[in-house]
Amino acid sequence: MEKLIFEISSPGRKGYTLPKLDVPDADIKSFIPQECLRKDGPDLPEVSELDCVRHFTRLSQLNYSIDTNFYPLGSCTMKYNPKINDKMAGLPQFTGLHPYQPETSVQGMLEVLYETEQALCKICGMDAFTLQPAAGAHGELTGMLIVRAYHTSKGSPRKKVVIPDSAHGTNPASAALCGYEVVTVRSDKAGRIDIDSLKAAMDNEVAVLMLTNPNTLGLFEKNVKEIADIVHKAGALLYLDGANLNALLGVARPGDMGFDVCHVNLHKTFSTPHGGGGPGSGPVGVKAHLADFLPIPRIKQKRNKLSLDYDQKRSIGKVRAFYGNTGVIIRAYCYMKSLGSDGLKDATFEAVLNANYLKAKLKNDYQLAVEDEPCMHEFVLTGKDKKEFGVKTLDIAKRLLDYGFHAPTVYFPLIVEEAIMIEPTETESKETLDAFAETMIKIAAEARSDASLLTGAPHITPVRRLDEVLAARELNLRWKKSGA
Amino acid sequence: MKYSPHTDKDKKEMLGVIGAASSEDLFSAIPKEFRLQKLDLAEGISELELKKLMLDKAGKDYSTQKLVSFLGGGAYEHYIPQAVESLISRGEFLTAYTPYQAEASQGTLQAIYEYQSLICELTGMDVANASMYDGASALAEAVILAVKETGRSRVIFSSSLHPEYRQVIKTYLEGYKIEFVEIPHAGGLFDETALKKEANDSTACVIVQNPNFFGCIEKVDEVESICHSCGALLIACVNPVSLGILKAPGGYNADIAVGEGQPLGIPMSFGGPYLGFFAVKEKHMRKMPGRVAGMTKDIEGKRGFVLTMQAREQHIRREKATSNICSNEGLMALAACIHLSLLGKEGIKEVARQNVLKSHYLKDKILKLSGFELMFDAPFFNEFVVRCGKETDKIIGDLLKHGMIGGLPLGRFRADMKNCMLICVTETKSKDDLDRFAELLGKH
Repeated sequence: MEKLIFEISSPGRKGYTLPKLDVPDADIKSFIPQECLRKDGPDLPEVSELDCVRHFTRLSQLNYSIDTNFYPLGSCTMKYNPKINDKMAGLPQFTGLHPYQPETSVQGMLEVLYETEQALCKICGMDAFTLQPAAGAHGELTGMLIVRAYHTSKGSPRKKVVIPDSAHGTNPASAALCGYEVVTVRSDKAGRIDIDSLKAAMDNEVAVLMLTNPNTLGLFEKNVKEIADIVHKAGALLYLDGANLNALLGVARPGDMGFDVCHVNLHKTFSTPHGGGGPGSGPVGVKAHLADFLPIPRIKQKRNKLSLDYDQKRSIGKVRAFYGNTGVIIRAYCYMKSLGSDGLKDATFEAVLNANYLKAKLKNDYQLAVEDEPCMHEFVLTGKDKKEFGVKTLDIAKRLLDYGFHAPTVYFPLIVEEAIMIEPTETESKETLDAFAETMIKIAAEARSDASLLTGAPHITPVRRLDEVLAARELNLRWKKSGA
Repeated sequence: MKYSPHTDKDKKEMLGVIGAASSEDLFSAIPKEFRLQKLDLAEGISELELKKLMLDKAGKDYSTQKLVSFLGGGAYEHYIPQAVESLISRGEFLTAYTPYQAEASQGTLQAIYEYQSLICELTGMDVANASMYDGASALAEAVILAVKETGRSRVIFSSSLHPEYRQVIKTYLEGYKIEFVEIPHAGGLFDETALKKEANDSTACVIVQNPNFFGCIEKVDEVESICHSCGALLIACVNPVSLGILKAPGGYNADIAVGEGQPLGIPMSFGGPYLGFFAVKEKHMRKMPGRVAGMTKDIEGKRGFVLTMQAREQHIRREKATSNICSNEGLMALAACIHLSLLGKEGIKEVARQNVLKSHYLKDKILKLSGFELMFDAPFFNEFVVRCGKETDKIIGDLLKHGMIGGLPLGRFRADMKNCMLICVTETKSKDDLDRFAELLGKH
């Protein structure tokens, strides 16, 4: 167990230096009235730099990560994050820029942003992009606000957003955040959106259908053209949740399929480090008829000079301060440049190959969630057949940790009982996939022979299985000085 | 460049196991009409070429490393100890994701718990979440919390609130029926007389930014009493570095404290990635957006950490969630956590003090020049507004020729501040920088 930073604190220790004050010293109270000042400074820990470095280094060693472990978290695209991209994003000529610097002094940065927008337009078949949103869900919110602004400009914002039951939870949450009522449509047996159910849900109060394609079961929505027609006929728009874009690069473009608006997760598809839960980046692309509604500022090119244009009368406004998570965007830009046209397509091909390979290796020992057909970049198993041994999907996930693998996404999508959602990504070797498959098969055997190996797992992680019920019942969300 | 490991032999073997004749077959579900012939992008390049390309791009920028900058206004240049960057660059932190598997993510989870504790200590609040995208979106979500919690629809703020933050709030709340009341500032501060008139029993919240967009320190106690007397929630939007010396939101009874965490060890990076911090009084914690880490025990009684109170979140509650946020700014929260740990109890005070002393030193020097006057008399922390006798654009242009970025021209935000500049001074500026800046200004 690593102590808390507060527990290694000792009064008087310091881990920082400042240049000696070179302007006249004075009592702060001569500048700021006493009633504005705090009586006691914040009681922050007092540690030396080495204490601090050891503490956080040891903490890092308690994590599984892409750099250390296979991390097949479905829907999250945990592919290798190239080191050169980190280095380039960290150049001081990028990190040292203030967002309000004169435009003439940030032309290099603006070029990167502008070219990223252009590349995303080409990859997605869209006409315009904004890089402002800070994550996928933030992109969804931005997209829904654009949808709302579009319908408002036509006379009414409309009332409903239609979402398949296989969708990520962020979809209904984003729609609700924009004041829409959520209408859920069923999936058919094969795991695709049920067309009759969709038709029944459509009317002239529906603003948009939010569709994930390929969907969360790893299946391409074959009927996407018909779906787009049904949606557009009702005067509604079609939105793509681009979480699964890693299956489409260079193969097919959402814009060609009838999607009016989409978001892209740069941290997934374009290989930027996930940072333990962000920063991400969720650019939003639109067709020409929605371009006026994009957030401000837009990057404009005039006579080889780039500038930020705030003069957009119909814009939805802003979803955050400034322009976007540039550090993430630069990495994604580097990734697109490195791989290029064929490289991006190859990556998609190999991501799909890896997923199908794992599925083939596992389908005899685990049940597939849907009928066996080629999947895209991920696939879903169900652990329901392991119930007879007293084993849940959660136990399988925890047992994987003992073998040094991060678990896949579990209990999602919600329409699959005891779901196990596996996304290997293209950067994993055949050897790694074989080792993972062998381990999964071994765990299936353990479930039959000695279920306690699973129900008691994990056994060799830094902590054993943690009590989430206790955490929720006796909330302890911050450290407090004893007696405080 | 190629990052996938497969050889042709690998691919062949794998296709054999799958039982497919070619990789193409795996895409049979995509209708032919949508199959792309060729992606219209340049071909890939090597790492060496990439480096050249990026250095070329970077070479077109003038960073604050080279220039002496006096810009603030929501993004601040502070010194960041090297250890912060070194530690957050560790692959184990950098390339992990959301700690869904707690037993394999104790590093991230404990760091979130420590970050939450530090934010609570800094703001004087009871509970903090794991992070929001940035200060502006955190503020927008705070307003949403207040609207839902009170069932009221009036949102009051002063025109001294950062203009981009005002815009983000309005954008975020487009789907709610909200009456936004923007009270014109009085002398750079929240106009309390007007606030008294506007605050009523349909008011969901009053937003006070402290220090505000003009750098002025607000009379938070007076705003608080007017706000709470009509049953509205008080939202404080604060600069975390100022909390080294300024009264914390918890100290003036704020219900929600939010702000931009960028000044806590995060580079300016042209506006992102940043860090929205979000803290509340205990009674509002179940309405809070975003993730929260909590302490618990494992089956052997050992201390450990998990994500908790998840019933508020989108992956459980879907359309009924408190927010749609999923990925947040984890690594930036880690940076802030490390930065605050290094600064420590004395460091945070010392940094704040130096910001006050140095900015006031420059203010005094500028006031001695002819043709420049201070816009507001209110006390300030590390930035202040100066009205110039000349057009700010011209002054800024001249300064740039001398390797300096002047203040932020306020004309772009407000017509009545056409020749005004918001000048920010942090601990990163030496006395020589300040003297030289004043001297250059004096030539105008």
